[in-house]
Order: sequence, then structure tokens, then C-alpha cells
Amino acid sequence: MSLGEILSFAFVQRAMLAGVLIAAVCSILGVFLVLRRMSLIGDGLAHITFGSVAVVLFIGISPLYITLAALPLVMISSLAILKLTRSKKIHGDAAIGIVSSIGIAVGIVLASLSGGYNVDLFSYLFGNILTVNQTELLLSFILFIIVICYVIYFYHDLFAVTFDEELARSMGIKTKRINILLFILTAVAAVLAMKVTGIMLVSALLILPPLTSLQLSISFRMTIIVSVIFAILSVICGIIVSFLLNLPAGGTIVIINVIFLLIIFGISRCKNNLGK
Amino acid sequence: MPVNIIRTEKLTFCYDGIEVLQDISFAVQKGDYLGVAGPNGSGKSTLIKNILGILPPREGSISLFGQPLADFRQWDKIGYLPQRLAALNNHFPGTVREIVQLGVGRKENIQNIKQVLQMMDIEHLSSRLIGELSYGEQQRAMLARALYGKPELLILDEPTTALDPQTRDNFYLLTQELNRHQGTTIILITHDTGVLGNYARHLLYLDKKIVFSGTFEDFCTSPDMAGFFGQASQHIICHQHDRSIV
Repeated sequence: MSLGEILSFAFVQRAMLAGVLIAAVCSILGVFLVLRRMSLIGDGLAHITFGSVAVVLFIGISPLYITLAALPLVMISSLAILKLTRSKKIHGDAAIGIVSSIGIAVGIVLASLSGGYNVDLFSYLFGNILTVNQTELLLSFILFIIVICYVIYFYHDLFAVTFDEELARSMGIKTKRINILLFILTAVAAVLAMKVTGIMLVSALLILPPLTSLQLSISFRMTIIVSVIFAILSVICGIIVSFLLNLPAGGTIVIINVIFLLIIFGISRCKNNLGK
Repeated sequence: MPVNIIRTEKLTFCYDGIEVLQDISFAVQKGDYLGVAGPNGSGKSTLIKNILGILPPREGSISLFGQPLADFRQWDKIGYLPQRLAALNNHFPGTVREIVQLGVGRKENIQNIKQVLQMMDIEHLSSRLIGELSYGEQQRAMLARALYGKPELLILDEPTTALDPQTRDNFYLLTQELNRHQGTTIILITHDTGVLGNYARHLLYLDKKIVFSGTFEDFCTSPDMAGFFGQASQHIICHQHDRSIV
């Protein structure tokens, strides 16, 4: 099958578009999370998403609305992580661990109560970007617009908070508002990303493109832009390669992200060694 | 009538139930150069963090530029250099130019950027990433950031710990110049009492509560302070900046 033929399918176009939008969103939010050493929040939220999907399937909501139904639970959980990370007695990584354990535990118990692991739950665990529906595409587009507006409008605040939260507070920046928005948007991105890479690999979309971009040692603004470029390229290449080689799209997208990271890391190391 | 830039009333702050600041009441007037000193853990940085709204006090009130802290919005009037630069993420991708402009509503003013980078002698580093610089260069970049908005109030928490003696002396002369000729109000926290004696007009000595508040001359002649520190220690502190006690 030729590339033109692959791209002529409506479901492939929908998958490509949704994938590009979600990957762009994750790669933007990921820059702030990685730099604030909160990379694992994607993993935590993915586990919560697993629990939320199990709850939704257990209740018996139509699979068409699973994404919409899981959103509030994941958003609330993201705020719980934020609240716990602010606690003086619980470290950020432990807070993420607590919430993600609850997500997984709830998921396993509910899956067992509903008669074992069913196909639907597995499809969310490993993702299937080609099954993205119109609602999810629309949600991805809305999220993309919101994230772009959020970053443009709060760019200076986000930059300051990412650099040093205390310093940002001393400038009168409402860091609480910035953090709440960042966590809620990340929660929505994590839910939508489960169709792209699957719950198991959501955090890869949040971590790998920013990390690749950071290897280039460029300005903050350019780090965000380059992160988005790598994320979009990985989704496009991933879908095409997965189609051509009959591989799962989610895993292929992540592997391509890893290849990008290794190439850029290698180039950056060579450049540094030559510079010495 | 003198204008109070900062005023605190009966300020109390606790970390995990332990009182770090007790009943702190003082005022800083426009154009003042206040030195804040005290032993480690005496609450100097905590006091500044309370004043800047980073940490909420348990009790008491704070006003900035005549407004209660909760209503204060003119943050561009304040330049702040925190003590904790060691926590800087060395992988942070911000350039020196980006860091200098860091903050809310800070529109790029090329002339101002150039000026503060020149002041700190780091103009040649403007495109370098902050994480790639030496500690001293990072400190100078952060000082440039504090000065960028031409603040009316400059709060410096241990500003010269990583600077070489030449840069340190130049920096203190610059603060003196800003204070004397541009009327910038300055609060300087340092353990270097010699520096405080040479540059600060007033001294606030903290040890969880205010031990002393007044001019350095008063500090050096105060029998209370002689009692607090012991006469020998008081003499050493005052001798460091070539002022003699009576």
C-alpha cells in the first residue's frame, strides 16, 4: 500500500490530526513539567486514567464517551497530586506514587468485579490511535487551542515559575493559579493521549520531546518550539511506520521519540567534545 | 512626612509550629539603606519572604508602599535577589537575556537590558544559557535581573557570596550610587558587618526577634548591645568597618 493510499483513509487522517494535536500539547506542557522535575506526573495521571476508565466501564457508560467520562476523575486526581506535593510531609514523587497506586488498585479491583480484564480496558492500556472518534478529535483540538492560549497569555509567569517558584511569588505572580491550570491541562492531555500511545506510554509523550529539545541547549522559547516539532514528527513518522510495518502505533511513536532523543543526544555530546 | 516603603506590625511566623519570627515591628523609609544582620537561623531571609508574600505570616501585618500586602500590585517597583541561587537547575534552558527579563509584565527594553548587563560586566554572556555559567556569573546575572526594572526598592539577600572581591566591591559601590543618587531604597542582608557598616545607614539585628534597630553608630555605642554580644564582640563588629566605639 502506498503512502498516498494510507493517508487517503478518513480514520488515518483523523488519527494523524488528533495525534499531532495531542503530541503538540504534551510536548509543550512537558517542557514545564520536566524542568520542574515533575516528569512522573504523566505516569501518575496515566495510572489514574486506568482507574477512571475502569470506573467508567464498570458503571457501564458507552465506550464512545469513555474519554469524556474519565476526564473529571483524572482532573480531580491531578489536583490531589498538586495538593499532596505542597504538603511539607510528603515529597512530590511520593505524592505521585500514592495517587497512581490508588488509580491502579481501583482499576484492578473494578476490572475483577466486572468479570476480569475485558478487551476495552486492554485497548486503553496499549492505545489505538486509529480508533480516535470525532468527539476525541474535537476535544484534542479544543485542548490544543486552550494550551496555546495558556502558554502565550501566561508565558512570562510560566517562565518565572519554571525557573524558580519562590522568585516568581516575590514578583507577585499567582503561582497557585498557574500550577492548577498546568495540572488540569496535563490531566486532560493524559486522558486524550491514552488513545495515541496507550495508558502505559502516556508519560513518554510528556517527557521525551522536551528532553530531546533540552539536549540542544537553546533558549527557553526555542526549547518549547523544538519540543513541539519533535513531537509532531514522531507522531507522523510513527503512524506511517506502524501502518507500513503493521506495528502498534503507540509503541512505534514512542520508539521513534527515543530514536530522536538518542540521535540528538549523540550529536550534542559530539559537539561538546569537539568544543573542548 | 517620610514615606514608609515597608512597614511591619507585630509580625510572627512559624515553621512547623516553631516560631522563627516573633513580634517584628519596623519600618523602612523611602531612600533608606537598611542592613539586616543576625546569626544563622535568626529569621533574616524568612522576614524578607514574609515581606514579599512568599511565606504568609501567622500573625501581624505588612504594608508595601503604603498598601496592605494583600492589595499590593506594583511588583515592578521591587527588585529581589534571593539567597538560594545554589538550587538553580543547571539544565534550565533560559539565556541570560531571558533571565534578566524574568517576571510579570516585563516588556523587553533593550536599552535597560544592555545597561544592567554592562553594570554587571556580563554583556558578552547575554546569549549564553544560565546553567552554563559559573556560580559567580550566575550571581551577576541574577543581580542584573534584580536591577533590570529600575526598582524603587532593592532587596538583596546575601548578594555577593559567589563574587570575587573586585566585583563585590564594585557591586556595593553601585548600590551606594543607586541609593544616594537615584533614591533607591535598599535592604541588604549579609553576615559581613564590615559591609553593613560601610554602606548601610540603618541596621536591623535579628535573632528571631529584633535585637537592635537603629544606626550603626548607635549600635556601636549601645550598652545594651555590649551586654548582648559582650563588649569584645561588639568592638570586633564595629572595628571591622573602621568605626570606633566610645
